[in-house]
Amino acid sequence: MIPFQQVLDAHRDAVWRVCVAVAGRDEAEDAFQETWLSALRAYPRLGEGANVRAWLLTIAHRKAIDVHRGRARRPIVTDRLPEAAAPPEPERDDGLWDAVRELPPGQRAAITLRYAGDLRPVEVAEVLGISDDAVRRRIADGLKNLRLEVQPA
Amino acid sequence: MSRLAAPTTPPPADLLARLAARAAEEGLLDVAYARVDSPLGPLVAAVTPAGLVRLAYEDFNGGLDVVVEDLAARISPRVLEAPARLDDIRRQLDEYFERRRDRFDVPVDLTLARGFGRRILEATAAIPFGETRSYREVAEAAGNGKATRAAGNALGANPIPIVVPCHRVLRTGGGLGGYTGGVEKKETLLRIEGVLL
Repeated sequence: MIPFQQVLDAHRDAVWRVCVAVAGRDEAEDAFQETWLSALRAYPRLGEGANVRAWLLTIAHRKAIDVHRGRARRPIVTDRLPEAAAPPEPERDDGLWDAVRELPPGQRAAITLRYAGDLRPVEVAEVLGISDDAVRRRIADGLKNLRLEVQPA
Repeated sequence: MSRLAAPTTPPPADLLARLAARAAEEGLLDVAYARVDSPLGPLVAAVTPAGLVRLAYEDFNGGLDVVVEDLAARISPRVLEAPARLDDIRRQLDEYFERRRDRFDVPVDLTLARGFGRRILEATAAIPFGETRSYREVAEAAGNGKATRAAGNALGANPIPIVVPCHRVLRTGGGLGGYTGGVEKKETLLRIEGVLL
């Protein structure tokens, strides 16, 4: 098997983008760490010829949803003062990915994996366990919904 | 079909270092490695939880990637670059090369050697700084004084040069003998230790 460091190097950015897209910038770090730890744990059992990026983004997508949901449920903890942290980089596309997070789960997942994870539609189908046609439909519907939100008539 | 631009915020600079630390805490970091500079050229140092397992002359071994791939194949694919975990060995090597240290205080993991070869390396590790032994003496200490060629092979395959001091093993007649990585390195090490002028 190739050294895990090389897997990290090859897919780090795609995993990060999916974590940011699904969980938002503030929670992306937790999702990122949990994703890679989970992958590292399971790595020796990964089969020959597995689609490594699809496998990683499956984990990332799930972890990012968990982190995002968990934070939404928990009350704000007073010792996490935003002023104590370094100000985050200004993100030009905050609004757009905020809007993606508001989409129905199926469309949100397909769009995130396709455009943040850089997976081909057939790989998105593999990650989500649905047909290629279903992927294209969800992406098309999601993009339609986004245009409605981003460019109001 | 239109395209969405992916989120552009890059990951924070220390995120990967923190990942390696978390992996170690969770017992998932089977092999941690880092590049270490030295007067003998760049080295690749690697540790397992049991200790220093590899110290490779990077240029002689075909580059960092080759060394790391070899570790993944021979020990475990759970290999991560983790410079912080190599800080202690890096500091001790610096001190040795500056002639401020004559004994390495690091646990050593000889898992890459087996049987007679491992006994050869254990006997070699017992040779004190500034002293030398012959191939025959080391073979004897390992339990078979006639196996000088096997001793030479085991030393040539030493996975942890410098720290397991195969440079202190010379030909019985007094000739230097060989050194994987180039005999100039052996000369430099013996000069540092005051064996050669």
